[in-house]
Amino acid sequence: MTLTAILIVAAALFGIGLFGALSQKSFVMLMMGLELMLNGTLLATVGFWAYSLGGLPKGQLLAILIMAVMAVELAIGFALVVAVYRKRQADVIESIKTLKN
Amino acid sequence: MTKDILFYALSALAIWSGWRVFRVDSMIRATFALMVSFIAVGGIALLMSADYIGVATVFMMAVEMMVMGLFMVMFMMNPAGLNPMQMVHQYRFSIGAGIAAFVGLTVAILTTPLPDNPLPPGGDTLRDLGFELLGNSMLIFETAGVTLLATMVGAVVLSSASGRFGSAGQGSVPPGLTAGGPPAGRTAEDGKGHGGHAGHGMSMQKKPAMQAHDDHGKGH
Repeated sequence: MTLTAILIVAAALFGIGLFGALSQKSFVMLMMGLELMLNGTLLATVGFWAYSLGGLPKGQLLAILIMAVMAVELAIGFALVVAVYRKRQADVIESIKTLKN
Repeated sequence: MTKDILFYALSALAIWSGWRVFRVDSMIRATFALMVSFIAVGGIALLMSADYIGVATVFMMAVEMMVMGLFMVMFMMNPAGLNPMQMVHQYRFSIGAGIAAFVGLTVAILTTPLPDNPLPPGGDTLRDLGFELLGNSMLIFETAGVTLLATMVGAVVLSSASGRFGSAGQGSVPPGLTAGGPPAGRTAEDGKGHGGHAGHGMSMQKKPAMQAHDDHGKGH
């Protein structure tokens, strides 16, 4: 269990998340891709805290902020899904090629 | 040694379930696969003695994924994977981008001299974090709280169909104090300015007329 191994796992999670965010058609699956990317980021942050700061608690604070970002992304993302669905009955990305209306 | 085995097992679980998220047919299964991935990352954080982060990740993600599952059932085209359909686009490009991100990051990780300053053994990380959160870094912590509050307001504004006084289509008219009565508070003047005192006076003048109209309505 080294910092290199942790960071490679985090990179794998990030890569899978990027693949999902780019390839999925539905909004919620796209958000799941973003969540998976943030999951990798969280893991890398905790790994850096545990192996390079000598126990300085500010690293954990950064991880807490990343978790707050996850919550914000999910909440605003779902609110946008609701708003778009109400306006256009749309649930796939292709149907909102324009931002107007 | 046990830690190493656990770490590799949890890493394999996190990556495998993360990959399953985009390979299963049913979106509910994808949600639970993502939850397993998050729980595995929380377990890795526990192994690295980031107790608070690990446990908070598990709790938060369990709830978040339940909400996500609900949204799947409500909104998505194929929540249970019952009818076969194409749910991906630009597939090859996405695979390429994902692999490129992974390979690029891995090369960066392997070629960079990483710092080596691990946690001191026997330290009480939880206690340190508590004092940091409510001490020196309290302002940052509070900023996260205010951001979450703003998110709640934004989510309600974005997702609600109607405002406080009815749907967006019918304009903003407050309800009356009595059932069917005139709108409470200041009434809107058609097309006139919003100058403070002048506007107020006009609304006062208008009120008797509206009251009479209302009585007339009731008489019928």
